Amino acid sequence: MRLLFGSVFAFAIAAAIGLGATWIALTRGTAYGGVTIGVWTAWPKNGTPGIDPYARAMVARTGELPIGSGDGVAFYARVDDAGHALDGRCDVVLSGITPQARFWTVTLYDPEGRLVANSVQRQGFTSQEIIRRSDGSFEIMVGPRARPGNWLPTGGVERYVLVIRLYDTPIGMATRTGREAPMPSISKRACL
Amino acid sequence: MIRLALWLLGGLLLGGIVHLATVLMLPGMATQNAYARVSAVAPVNAVIPIPPPTPEKAVMPFMDPAFAVSVCRYDLSRGTLKFSVPISPAYTSVSFYTRSDIAYYAINDRAAGRRVIELDLMTTEQRAALPENEEITAADRLIVTSPTTTGLIVIRALAPEPGLISAARAALAAAQCRRQ
Repeated sequence: MRLLFGSVFAFAIAAAIGLGATWIALTRGTAYGGVTIGVWTAWPKNGTPGIDPYARAMVARTGELPIGSGDGVAFYARVDDAGHALDGRCDVVLSGITPQARFWTVTLYDPEGRLVANSVQRQGFTSQEIIRRSDGSFEIMVGPRARPGNWLPTGGVERYVLVIRLYDTPIGMATRTGREAPMPSISKRACL
Repeated sequence: MIRLALWLLGGLLLGGIVHLATVLMLPGMATQNAYARVSAVAPVNAVIPIPPPTPEKAVMPFMDPAFAVSVCRYDLSRGTLKFSVPISPAYTSVSFYTRSDIAYYAINDRAAGRRVIELDLMTTEQRAALPENEEITAADRLIVTSPTTTGLIVIRALAPEPGLISAARAALAAAQCRRQ
């Protein structure tokens, strides 16, 4: 009787711990080998055969195709410079420069990776569409209301993810610091 | 009390094993991975354009809307494959994925260095069976070896401005992937 109770107890613990840890690992995005520059994180290794088992499981779950390392690298941001989650009801300014690359794109997704509907059908910019300052830096206004200049509409969604993809770039697994790869800052202004 | 602590310890250890086993088994059991999603729209050994992502509908999550995308879902079990795509005005890349969505090779237009990206795709066995002929293995023939017999070739062409998407699509429309 005691044996039965004990083993049921142990199996219950095992199931809860094991499946719980798997669920947390796959939904929180705790992949190894990330390159973090400010609030931006990329996983260049996910585009190689050396992808780690956690990232493989995550990719299999979401159904996305990781960008190949000979193609480019994708940086994700879910929070602003102050650590607050990106909120589509607030005005956010993306400013600065990007690392060396032949082309880059910036795209706004909801946390599940879907594009966000808005009145002007704009989901992102490419490096050629951006209006720059004379020194080559740029400023993108991300927010719910129309702005002059580079306006990336949020459609008023509660949470969103910004993705900067660099194509044909030397940035990769060997990159470690922001000096090698300057990424734009994300600062929050007023909210609705 | 000690007995209970031992059961707890056993449960924790078993939990660790369950965690590792599920993480390792998940890629093989996933029914909605990218390969499965593409298989639903793409026939074998043919280049098919993937509809552009919209807020309502996208074949895969996190697709870059600035790109025109085509795929070739390949099956090398009956022979090697010849692949070619003319490069688009801005930026063209060709990425190779195994059946379980591992990116094993990617090349872009500049690395290819010509107006057309041309290559032969084969498994390791088929490559080993190639005759050792210098004319065949000349430098102008790029050979890619696939770790699996099935997988995906994803061809992507950038439209730097929305108006240029039709030029990018036209370049991809001329892509070919066929058995030799």
